[in-house]
Amino acid sequence: MGPALKLVVQRVALGLLLLLACSVLIFAGTMILPGDVAQSILGQSATPEALANLREELGVNDPPVQRYFEWLFNALQGDLGTALTNGRSITESIGSRLGNTLFLAFWAAVISVPLAIFLGLLAVRYKDRWPDKLISAVTLASISIPEFLIGYLLMYLVAVKLRWFPSVSMINDTMSLGEKLSAIAIPVAVLTLVVLAHMMRMTRAAILNVMQSAYIETAELKGLNMFQVIARHAFPNAIAPIVNVVMLNLAYLVVGVVVIEVVFTYPGMGQYLVDHVSKRDVPVVQACGLIFAAVYIGLNLIADVVSILSNPRLRHPK
Amino acid sequence: MSDTLVKVRDLKIGATVYPPGEKPHDIEIVHGVSFDLAAGKVLGLIGESGAGKSTIGLAAMAYGRGGVRITGGEVWVNGRDILKSGLGDVRKLRGGEVTYVSQSAAASFNPAKKIMEQVTEAAIVQGKFGRKEAEDRARELFAKLGLPDPDNIGERYPHQVSGGQLQRCMTALALCPEPDLVVFDEPTTALDVTTQIDVLKAIKEAIKDTGVAALYITHDLAVVAQVSDDIMVLRMGDTVEYGSVDQIINNPQEDYTKALVSVRSIEHEEKAPTAEPVLSVKNITARYKGTKFDVLHDVSVDLYPGQTLAVVGESGSGKSTLARVITGLLPPREGEISFAGRKLSPDLDGRSLEDLRELQMIYQMADVAMNPRQTVGTIIGRPLEFYFGMRGAEKRKRILELLEEIELGPEFLDRYPAELSGGQKQRVCIARSLAAKPKLIICDEVTSALDPLVADGILKLLLDLQKIEDVAYLFITHDLATVKAISDNIAVMYQGKVQRYGGKTEVLTPPFDDYTDLLLSSVPEMKLGWLEEVIAHRKMESAGN
Repeated sequence: MGPALKLVVQRVALGLLLLLACSVLIFAGTMILPGDVAQSILGQSATPEALANLREELGVNDPPVQRYFEWLFNALQGDLGTALTNGRSITESIGSRLGNTLFLAFWAAVISVPLAIFLGLLAVRYKDRWPDKLISAVTLASISIPEFLIGYLLMYLVAVKLRWFPSVSMINDTMSLGEKLSAIAIPVAVLTLVVLAHMMRMTRAAILNVMQSAYIETAELKGLNMFQVIARHAFPNAIAPIVNVVMLNLAYLVVGVVVIEVVFTYPGMGQYLVDHVSKRDVPVVQACGLIFAAVYIGLNLIADVVSILSNPRLRHPK
Repeated sequence: MSDTLVKVRDLKIGATVYPPGEKPHDIEIVHGVSFDLAAGKVLGLIGESGAGKSTIGLAAMAYGRGGVRITGGEVWVNGRDILKSGLGDVRKLRGGEVTYVSQSAAASFNPAKKIMEQVTEAAIVQGKFGRKEAEDRARELFAKLGLPDPDNIGERYPHQVSGGQLQRCMTALALCPEPDLVVFDEPTTALDVTTQIDVLKAIKEAIKDTGVAALYITHDLAVVAQVSDDIMVLRMGDTVEYGSVDQIINNPQEDYTKALVSVRSIEHEEKAPTAEPVLSVKNITARYKGTKFDVLHDVSVDLYPGQTLAVVGESGSGKSTLARVITGLLPPREGEISFAGRKLSPDLDGRSLEDLRELQMIYQMADVAMNPRQTVGTIIGRPLEFYFGMRGAEKRKRILELLEEIELGPEFLDRYPAELSGGQKQRVCIARSLAAKPKLIICDEVTSALDPLVADGILKLLLDLQKIEDVAYLFITHDLATVKAISDNIAVMYQGKVQRYGGKTEVLTPPFDDYTDLLLSSVPEMKLGWLEEVIAHRKMESAGN
């Protein structure tokens, strides 16, 4: 087994272990949360007997360790349990919503990642001149403004004043792809603005760091032009840090869109989570937490694997 | 003058400097240098660091490293002044007509790309050859440069070949586009002496076979004498002397050139072993954590009080590992170390303060061995506080004594390391180790990063201090001239074993074993035709191949 393969296998095993640890944390965390689901279902006027009965029915009284393993075992088989509030299967409810969240994240990523890398390259090409400073200033400003504010600003300008796109991003299965894209145009724009700065700045920093290397001088002394030097010699050696920050931002696009989904009443995971947190629906919160953790760990795992594979010393040992 | 390839007239080069505490300002680093180079000839540029030789070499490609700018003069290549050409024309020149071989091939190859791709890139980009032709030519050059498996070595990545091989690949990279001129910038300086010979021979033959002209930049006059037709001696950006190789080596006119040509001035009589060794290393076998190979096998050496044991060997011979074992940084697997009559704990944690005080170390890179934010006074004063509890006036008096011993005045007390020259930094490190009043100082390649004349001064100082302080030196080096200059005993190390060990005269007198013979004969000598002689008499291949 080559060193690269060994490292990849180690990393994947570690990722799984981490996910297991996360599941324990999520379960324990929701256990110690204050509040009582029976109380919130039945309301303030419920009698103690009715509350006790409902708790028994919901299985809240079983020992936590037993409940954890039952929950984990079912989750591994794809059964995330039933929502306490409406008695529906969580797996089914999440299915379509996760699809919607991924749909939004996908289009935000398709636009933001190439744009960020292109802007990063552009900033390197014109380092310390006005295009570099302009790119830095604009992306920094866009990351500094809270995303809900950008959301409302864009909504006001693009949806209300210009009337180009709808302000509410409701989508459903009957819509065509074009209609869906039109519906999510503004949230995608907001997400792009939020994640652009990190990726662009890391691309710029990573490539500038590589540009100090002696082999860049070799490339310049071969008579290559600036673009060839950056694309052929600098970029391949800057992939690892760039992929890392790209994956962190992709994870954010899936996990951190709660605010955006609420602002645009988009039927995704975030809104679903927020709804059920307020209703003390513990199984739903646990299920969402587990899925978010899996996405986060999975994407970072990909980043690690890409970093390992982009290192020729590991890929081609002596 | 139709065969004049390069004509440089009154070349002036400047740079912006940012000294601490001052406003940035421009300085001139090359003050009007002129030379001619005919097609197919080799001009050696020689000088110490700061002489401007690399800067002049890169100016032949209209390139300035970092903030360096060409501020005046003319550089004519193939009948046109490249300083007046546009960037597009200059790019055609670079990598096409003029190519470059750097000191560190390991850093100058892109680690993410195969060697073949990098060797052929310039020829393809410049439109000299198609991919197929370029690759054929590269394979031909690999064979000509004596690389193993020339048909397939291009498919490897840079980290998969040795340092000496990579340096030859870099030469192939420079020759591949059939340039008119190659700038060799210290191409063998980073290599072991035995490997240096092979690379030097390969470069010399390649220059002869391809008829290319070359600027050969180095600080080592003995090396440049082997490959050049003409030599220009530079100092602080000025031409000191410019003439044929025969004239410079055999009949130098200027004092500075004479100093460079003359052999080391240090004479040191070997001392006989006294009764009890201060350091006794017995049957040490050691390996690094997590590896499966011993880097030291059964090493035994003795060092007597007030004497110098030189441990000499090439990179990978285990000489620095031996220092790590003695200092306790790497506990050995087998064997033991006695120091000043007592047994030393193999592990650093098990050693007493007294053990630590009596065993000091000086490093190769003086500037990274000091805290850049502490003054010289603080740096030298620290061991006085730590080991002897000195304070105030008493400490200050001792620091001034130490400064005097290293031939620096009291004005250095409040200076920071960044304000010192390389030689001065190393002197401060010596004073810091002496402050602990040690019985033994391990000197790890302490002169390797210094210019020859400065290194000479440091060695003289070390010998004088040895007489005053009666301290023993374990002197680790790859430089045989240094060994000859200062040692009483010598241990030659090869692949983790002590190959030859004894008094200086005994070790350096024939009959030799094959490795010691190779090592000794590989040290460049200041005479014409030396390279060919040595190659003809070799008995074994160097380890770097």
